[in-house]
Amino acid sequence: MIVRILGHGQYRVLDDAADELNAIDDRLEQAVRTQDAEAFAAELAALVAAVRSHGQAVADDELLASDAVVPDPDTSLEEALHLLSDEGLIPD
Amino acid sequence: MGLMKRFFLIVKAKVSKLLDNAENPNETLDYSYEKQLELLQQVRRGVADVVTSKKRVELQAEKLEASVAKLDNQARQAVQAGREDLARIALERKKGVQAQLQSLDAQRTQLEGEQEKLVAAEQRLTAKVEAFRTQKETIKAQYTAAEAQVKINEAFSGISEEMADVGLSVQRAEDKTEQMRARAGALDELLESGVFEDVTQSGDMIDRELAKVTTETEVDAELEALKKEIGAGAPADAAVQEGGPR
Repeated sequence: MIVRILGHGQYRVLDDAADELNAIDDRLEQAVRTQDAEAFAAELAALVAAVRSHGQAVADDELLASDAVVPDPDTSLEEALHLLSDEGLIPD
Repeated sequence: MGLMKRFFLIVKAKVSKLLDNAENPNETLDYSYEKQLELLQQVRRGVADVVTSKKRVELQAEKLEASVAKLDNQARQAVQAGREDLARIALERKKGVQAQLQSLDAQRTQLEGEQEKLVAAEQRLTAKVEAFRTQKETIKAQYTAAEAQVKINEAFSGISEEMADVGLSVQRAEDKTEQMRARAGALDELLESGVFEDVTQSGDMIDRELAKVTTETEVDAELEALKKEIGAGAPADAAVQEGGPR
């Protein structure tokens, strides 16, 4: 699958890594729901690291649509909430 | 729904907003190309803004470094003059300036990161814009109309998504430089007020006090010298008088 890390381009990630990514993603969502800035930063860093370690960067001249999008690694919880609320996507 | 899915939807929403203004599907590709070029201009402006902000932060850091050196020197002079009270004030101020310097350093690092990110984004987008332009033509030549449409749609999704991403990055960089501009403005005001001992302003309180101490010491010394001269001179005069003709 193709995963985009906002601000850092796309990665081709093997489907085998999906479970690991989803587990981190669940914790990240949990951090947003509980508004835990520290956990958010830690899980986001873990998610970005997992995408990079399991994935291969897509070449600059390749044009592909992504299957999943990871926030920019230096996104704060506050910024994330702001982006999510713009589109009405804040977890309940 | 996980965060990756939510952010995926955010990007989708940005993509559709990006292409909202295309009059009809046939114009979408041309419109998109215009937008791609516009966005490239925006990224380049973004890089220039970040560089300007970084220069300003660096300039302020230089001024504060000079203040640290000056305050250090003042503290030394004050201790030499036996004015511990003045030395303490100078050292306290130095601590304050050093804290500001640390914050400036953090800002500089952040701007440096934004700059690197935007430069990389510009490179990526340039490559993708070019790839899209050429792929569109080869696809049309190599595939049947229906197949070509599918392939072009794929490529179009890819470039549109990149545009949405770059748009978000530019927006974030702008927000950051805006915040830093506000902080830099506030710091400039503080510098001007002399709180951090703007070295371009002469004669601050510690300087005046030190000058007073120096003047007092000099006056004392001169007074001592005068006293000695007169004290030593008087007996000499007396001797002359004694030894004089009677």
